[in-house]
Amino acid sequence: MDSLGIYIHIPYCAKKCPYCDFFSESYNKKSVMHYTESVVRNLKYYSRERIVDTVYFGGGTPSLIPAECIGKIIDSVRENFILSENPEITLEVNPNTVNADKLADLYSMGVNRLSVGVQSLVTSELKTLGRTHSAEKAVETVINAEKIGFKNISCDMIIGVPNQTIESIEYTIENLCKLPVTHISSYILKIEKNTPFDNPDFISHMPDDDTVSDMYLFMVNELEKRNFMQYEVSNFAKYGFQSNHNNKYWKCHDYLGIGTSAHSCFEGKRFSVPPDIKSFNENAFQKTVITDENPCGFQEYAMLRLRLKEGIDVSKHPEIISKTPELLKAGYINFDGKKISLTPKGYLMSNSVIEYLVF
Amino acid sequence: MAEANKNIRNFCIIAHIDHGKSTLADRILEKTETVAVRDMEEQLLDNMDIERERGITIKARAVRLKYTAKNGEEYIFNLIDTPGHVDFNYEVSRSLAACEGAILVVDASQGIEAQTLANTYLAIEHDLEVVPVVNKIDLPSADPERVCSEIESVIGIPAMDAPRISAKTGLNIEDVLEKIVTDIPAPSGDTEKPLKALIFDSYYDSYKGVIIYIRVMDGTVKIGDTIKLMSTGAEFTIVEAGHMDASSLVNSGELKAGEVGYLSASIKSIGDTRVGDTVTLADNPCEEALPGYRKVNPMVYSGIYPADGAKYGDLRDALEKLQLNDASLSFEPETSIALGFGFRCGFLGLLHMEIIQERLEREYNLDLITTAPSVIYKVTLTSGETVYIDNPTNYPDTSLIQQAEEPMVKADILSPSEFVGNIMELCQERRGIFKDMQYLDDTRVTLHYELPLNEIVYDFFDALKSRTRGYASFDYELMGYSPSKLVKLDMLLNGEIVDALSFIVHIDKAYGRARKIAEKLKENIPRQLFEVPIQASIGGKIIARETVKAMRKDVLAKCYGGDITRKKKLLEKQKEGKKRMRQLGSVEVPQEAFMSVLKLDS
Repeated sequence: MDSLGIYIHIPYCAKKCPYCDFFSESYNKKSVMHYTESVVRNLKYYSRERIVDTVYFGGGTPSLIPAECIGKIIDSVRENFILSENPEITLEVNPNTVNADKLADLYSMGVNRLSVGVQSLVTSELKTLGRTHSAEKAVETVINAEKIGFKNISCDMIIGVPNQTIESIEYTIENLCKLPVTHISSYILKIEKNTPFDNPDFISHMPDDDTVSDMYLFMVNELEKRNFMQYEVSNFAKYGFQSNHNNKYWKCHDYLGIGTSAHSCFEGKRFSVPPDIKSFNENAFQKTVITDENPCGFQEYAMLRLRLKEGIDVSKHPEIISKTPELLKAGYINFDGKKISLTPKGYLMSNSVIEYLVF
Repeated sequence: MAEANKNIRNFCIIAHIDHGKSTLADRILEKTETVAVRDMEEQLLDNMDIERERGITIKARAVRLKYTAKNGEEYIFNLIDTPGHVDFNYEVSRSLAACEGAILVVDASQGIEAQTLANTYLAIEHDLEVVPVVNKIDLPSADPERVCSEIESVIGIPAMDAPRISAKTGLNIEDVLEKIVTDIPAPSGDTEKPLKALIFDSYYDSYKGVIIYIRVMDGTVKIGDTIKLMSTGAEFTIVEAGHMDASSLVNSGELKAGEVGYLSASIKSIGDTRVGDTVTLADNPCEEALPGYRKVNPMVYSGIYPADGAKYGDLRDALEKLQLNDASLSFEPETSIALGFGFRCGFLGLLHMEIIQERLEREYNLDLITTAPSVIYKVTLTSGETVYIDNPTNYPDTSLIQQAEEPMVKADILSPSEFVGNIMELCQERRGIFKDMQYLDDTRVTLHYELPLNEIVYDFFDALKSRTRGYASFDYELMGYSPSKLVKLDMLLNGEIVDALSFIVHIDKAYGRARKIAEKLKENIPRQLFEVPIQASIGGKIIARETVKAMRKDVLAKCYGGDITRKKKLLEKQKEGKKRMRQLGSVEVPQEAFMSVLKLDS
């Protein structure tokens, strides 16, 4: 059996970002302690003789909660599963929630990869995005982390922000790449339903699709120039620093999600946990809703794998091969006779391309 | 004249659209107390929604009224409603054949219009007594004296004593009723002779089967009789015979020579009851059938397809039902590569086409795609053979054509003289040949043109209205074929001809039309995975080109914490959305794109 990834959802934020539709509530120490216990209880419930090689703390803002809570959870993983020799243990960090001491505590508890929510190094863009940290604070966080010993630091950035320009993207990339960063996730801003950004005024200020497409292609090029090679639609890494945990999502490997609104693809089923802290705390074991009884069929496999640079082997799928000439002509795919993968232009159109190929 | 008939009057009302025919009919029903005032609804005879909304009559309809005249005698009036529009000339002639007289309603301010003339001539051809009535005299702009002299000079019938009425207010309606008594002759006919009756309308009733409306010329028909329909030889036993009230059928058991009424005989198929056919008795038939009606030939054809291919059967049923009471509608199955299975439908004209489409959509709840209207072209092949083409898809290759001809119409346009320049300009653009122009009076003229029918099937009427601020009226009749430099214009999407978008056009117009259609398609085809080249070609030569650029961004950038099901659902939803479009090769074409090219100037 494949090794397992564990995702822990930490549903607390100091302030909700206006573009985010992930589940979170405001921070409250008592609730956090209770929640931590519930996570530990659940880890015990799922206890197995399985190798766990990635643990990912997502949120919410996992860096908001006390380091000791993170430590307790990591310990519990170690107790209830077989934690591999060099596991990848990632924690999402909001620069405003950590100082050098806290980073050091997290490092000592076993966290060895940070995903820092930088988003932009341009002050006006951070303001537009409703982020409370400054560019300086983000830079300081990365530098401190490196000093403490973190060798695998990822930063998030966002493109498609109102008033953003090719030049401002270049500025963020250039300065981000000067830092001791190994991985960059760069997302195109998407307006999620019922978030504060989901209003006509904000949307009218967003760059149009053609502009965003130009930004995306520029960004891919700039990052690759600096040795951050694209390995997924929105993910770039220096050699050897791809996210092992996120790769499990795209490769249909097993991952177990613990906590409110966490998703799992675990031992043959996809399921999720309702976004309800009270219910999560009160139930002995987390309630789960099965979203797919039969995951990882070819369609899903192809849909996910095509997000990755390595693409899919289609040598046994003549029906897909027959669709390649048009896509090749349009410059959406690479095809070596065996494997199909998307080009950056193809990534931009990946929904349509994937639908055209396999749906 | 049979004594029994001397108090019967069979008549219809003819008028231009909006001159108040339906309102007058309503007033007559009211005055004769056929309908209690409380039951009065506007335009009672027009019982289709479309008729009421558009203020026009599409179908003929008949009603029986009783009137006590000033001479103290009671009369039976059979009022047969007629459509006003030229497209429905066929229906008009059906109604006229059942009558002895026609009330000609003319608007006191607008005077005679093209349709008034067309229908009046039709009535005169049928030997009807025409009784002019000047309506809307309550309007400030009314000029009944001028209109009466116009009727005398243009139509050539005495009109100085024509009733001047307001159907709206009810003013002088009695004068009209008295005129009907004094001026319209009673029907002739012999009750002793074998039955001879004319079918002038029919419809399908889900309980009683086909109901036929007849005018009895000779003889008598009653419940229990076995009738024979002369053209088909089909025989039926009468279940009901009677007359039509304003809102229901009154089964009186018998109809006699001179009377107008209905028969019900458990007839299952409308195909058995051709309008215009003669009804007689099986055991005592008359010697020869009535002349019937001139056969109508559709002038305009268009492909009608269900937007949802699965509704093909529903569309066929709906067309069959419509044909039951619209004998002039013709259809046969056709297949389009672009649109799938549908029907090639023949119409009397543009309004007729619109009405049918609207009825299909409204009454039968169908979502339709229609192709651009086409006329029938006459093509002489190099082999000497002559073919008639009603579908551009079947237009022969240029190399096989010796001569192509297109149908021409004789058009009468009536308008205030100030718009003559605009009208001439329009007709010029539409390849019209000016014949002559006559002054009806100081301010109004009638222009005579010969126009190619294919130039008026699109939007001529709208263009005419907009260039004359709505004042001009227009009527046309087919005059025959004339040689023309015609070409077939094909539209290509991504290099493939879309058959449903091909049309035949005069060579001088081809370039302009091609460009407009290409632009319209570009506006209406959404950006998609691949760029969509739009081309217009004549015989393989590209004459216009546009491109719908490929879409650039369609991506879910975020990984949503491993929520894969959400991603998959999004893609599935997207796929579902595309099913609402037509897939032509790799191009997705929304319905609107097909529709938009039908209305080029709007």
